[in-house]
Amino acid sequence: MSALTEALDAAKADGRAALIGYLPVGFPDVEGSIRAMVAMVEGGVDIVEVGLPYSDPGMDGPVIQRAVEPAVRAGVGPRDALLAAKAVANTGAAAVIMSYWNPIEHYGVDRFARDLAAVGGAGVITPDLIPDEAAAWFAATDAADLDRVFLVAPSSTDARIISTVEACRGFVYAASTMGVTGTRDNVGTAAADLVARVRALTPDAVVCVGLGVSNGDQAAEIAAYADGVIVGSAFVRCLLDAPTPAEGITAVRRLARELAGGVRRRASV
Amino acid sequence: MTSTASAAPASAAPESPFVSEPDATGHFGEFGGRFVPEALVAALDQLTDAFHSAQADPAFRTRLSDLLRDYAGRPSILTEAQRFSEHCGGARILLKREDLNHTGSHKINNVLGQALLVQRMGKTRIIAETGAGQHGVASATAAALLGLECVVYMGEEDTQRQALNVARMKLLGADVIPVTTGSRTLKDAINEAFRDWVTNVDSTHYLLGTAAGPHPFPLMVREFHRVIGVEARAQMIERTGRLPDAVAACVGGGSNAIGIFTAFVGDPGVQLLGLEAGGDGLETGRHASTITGGSLGVLHGARSMLLQDENGQTIESHSISAGLDYPGIGPEHAYLAQTGRASYRSITDAQAMTAFALLCRTEGIIPAIESAHALAGAMELGKELGPDASILVCLSGRGDKDVDTAAAYFGMPTA
Repeated sequence: MSALTEALDAAKADGRAALIGYLPVGFPDVEGSIRAMVAMVEGGVDIVEVGLPYSDPGMDGPVIQRAVEPAVRAGVGPRDALLAAKAVANTGAAAVIMSYWNPIEHYGVDRFARDLAAVGGAGVITPDLIPDEAAAWFAATDAADLDRVFLVAPSSTDARIISTVEACRGFVYAASTMGVTGTRDNVGTAAADLVARVRALTPDAVVCVGLGVSNGDQAAEIAAYADGVIVGSAFVRCLLDAPTPAEGITAVRRLARELAGGVRRRASV
Repeated sequence: MTSTASAAPASAAPESPFVSEPDATGHFGEFGGRFVPEALVAALDQLTDAFHSAQADPAFRTRLSDLLRDYAGRPSILTEAQRFSEHCGGARILLKREDLNHTGSHKINNVLGQALLVQRMGKTRIIAETGAGQHGVASATAAALLGLECVVYMGEEDTQRQALNVARMKLLGADVIPVTTGSRTLKDAINEAFRDWVTNVDSTHYLLGTAAGPHPFPLMVREFHRVIGVEARAQMIERTGRLPDAVAACVGGGSNAIGIFTAFVGDPGVQLLGLEAGGDGLETGRHASTITGGSLGVLHGARSMLLQDENGQTIESHSISAGLDYPGIGPEHAYLAQTGRASYRSITDAQAMTAFALLCRTEGIIPAIESAHALAGAMELGKELGPDASILVCLSGRGDKDVDTAAAYFGMPTA
C-alpha cells in the first residue's frame, strides 16, 4: 500500500477527511519552500503536494503564478521537486508531486517515476495530462509502483468520470469549480454535486476536492462529503504576504492547524 | 531539378500521394493530441462535433464562402513578382496575395469560420490571443460583424509596441486586456486566454488564431485556411500551365503555411518550404525557430516541437516579427518535418528585412515582416533551383503595421 493510501485510510479510520496542502518548491527558495512544507506537516497536513514550477501554468491563478515565476527564473526544476518530496517523506507525511506534463516528459517519463519512487515519493498529480494521453505514464507509474492522480471537473461527462477514476490510483482530484486555482469566498455547490456524481458512478472512488479552499470553515464544509480537502493558494499566500520568510513559515503552520481543525470539526458534530 | 506535374514519374509503379491527416483524437503521428485540464475536454469535444457537423452542412459552407467572397474579398489574387525574381536566381516568383484580404492578412479566413461556429454552438462571447495584433483585429472584426462580445488578451509589452492595433481593436468594440504575467508576450496571452476559457466555457469560445493548441484546433484552423492553397493551386496552373516547384511560407504557429501547403501535400513534385524566424541567428540562441532549433515537448495543449530549457521550461523566443515570435509550432508542421514531406529553414531578422526592403522597391508592395521571411526563403531557394523553377510564396499579410519597426530598423527618421 502506498504512503498516500495509508494517509487517506488513516484519516478515514479517524472518521475525518484527509488534509492535503500544496506549496511550490523554490519559493522563496528551495530550502525555504522545504521548510514551509515541513511546517505544513507539523501543523497537521496529512499529505503534501510538492509543486514543480512550470513556465506556463495554465491552470493556476495569480497567487500561485506569483510564487512560481521567480522559482522558474531561478532555474528550479525536477531535481528540486525530488529533493522536496524526499524531505516531506522523511517527516512521515505522504509526498506527491504536482506537475504539469512537459517538465516530466522532458526529464524522462520512466526516469521521473523511478527517481520519485526512490526518494520515497508516493505519487504524482498531473493537471494537464488526461488519461487519454497517458499510456506511457501508466506504464511508468506501474513499473515504479507510484500512485497517479488525474482530475475530474464539473464539466466531465459520466463516461469520462468513470474512465478517469479507473485510471487513477490513490485518489481522484475533483476540481470544485470551473476555473483556475485561487482562494474563493465560496466554493459553491458545484463541488458537492460533482462528488455526488463521482460516488454514484464509482462507489469505491476516493475523492479529494480542490480549488478555492482557504479556511477552516470551508475545509469543514467539504470534509463533510469528500475524502480529502486540498488547499493550495491559501498556503502560498501565507508565504507571499509575510514580511519575512520566518513569519511566512509561522503563517503556514498556523493555517495548517486551522484547516486540520476544520477537517476534524465534522467528526465532533 | 525542376519536376513538374505533367512530367510522368520515371518509375512504372505510381507512388501513392502523401497524406497528412490526424487520427480521431487529433494526432499527426506522435504530435498533437490534447494536453489540457479535464475541465476543457467537454468544450473541445463540443467544438470537434460542431466543426465536423458544420463541415458536412452545405448551408454552413455556403454561408462561409459567401462571407469570404463578399466580406473578406476572396479569392485573393496571384501576383507575379518579375523584378523581385531577378534577386531569386531568376526563378519565377508568384505571390499569393493574402495581404489584400479584409483586415490585411490571412487571419480573416479562420476567424470567420470559427465565428460562424460560435453562433452554431449558441455561444455569445469570444476570446482571442494576439501578438502583433493581426489575429486580435481579425477576431474583433468578426465579432463586430456577427454581434459577439470579444475580449483580446495581449502581452503588455505588445500592447505598447502595437498601439495602433490596440486602437483598431477598441474601435471595433473589443476589450483588450494587457497580460502582465510570465514573459508578458504572446505565449502568456495564450495562457491567460486558456484561463479565461476554463472559467467561462459555457458562454465563451476560445478563438485560437493559429494551427496549434489541442485537438481540434490544428485541424480546424488548417481547414479554414485550406482555401489559400486551393485557390493558389488553380491560379498557378492557370498562370504557368503547371504546378510550382516549391511553395514557401513563413511559420510561427504555422497557420498560413499549413493553409497553403495542404493543397499541395499530395503533389510529390512540389517542394514545401516553411521559413521560421531566426532572430539574431540560430547560433545565438535568440530566435523563434522551433523545428530547426527546438526539441520535442508539450506546450499549449499539444505535443510538438518547442523551445525549452533543460528543465522543460519554455524559453522565450526572439524575432523582429511579432507574429512569428512564439516558442511553439503547430503539430502538423512537426509531422511534415519529421516525415520529410516539408522542410524548414531559419531566416534571420537581417535576411527578412533585406527581403522586405527589396519587395518594397522592386514590386511596390510593403509586406508584413512575417511574410518577408517567406520572401527571404524564396530568394535562397530560387538561387538553388535556378531560372527554370517557379516558386509560389504566401504573402500572408501587409506591412502597414510594421512601418514603425521597419523605419527604426533602417534608421529612417519618422515624424
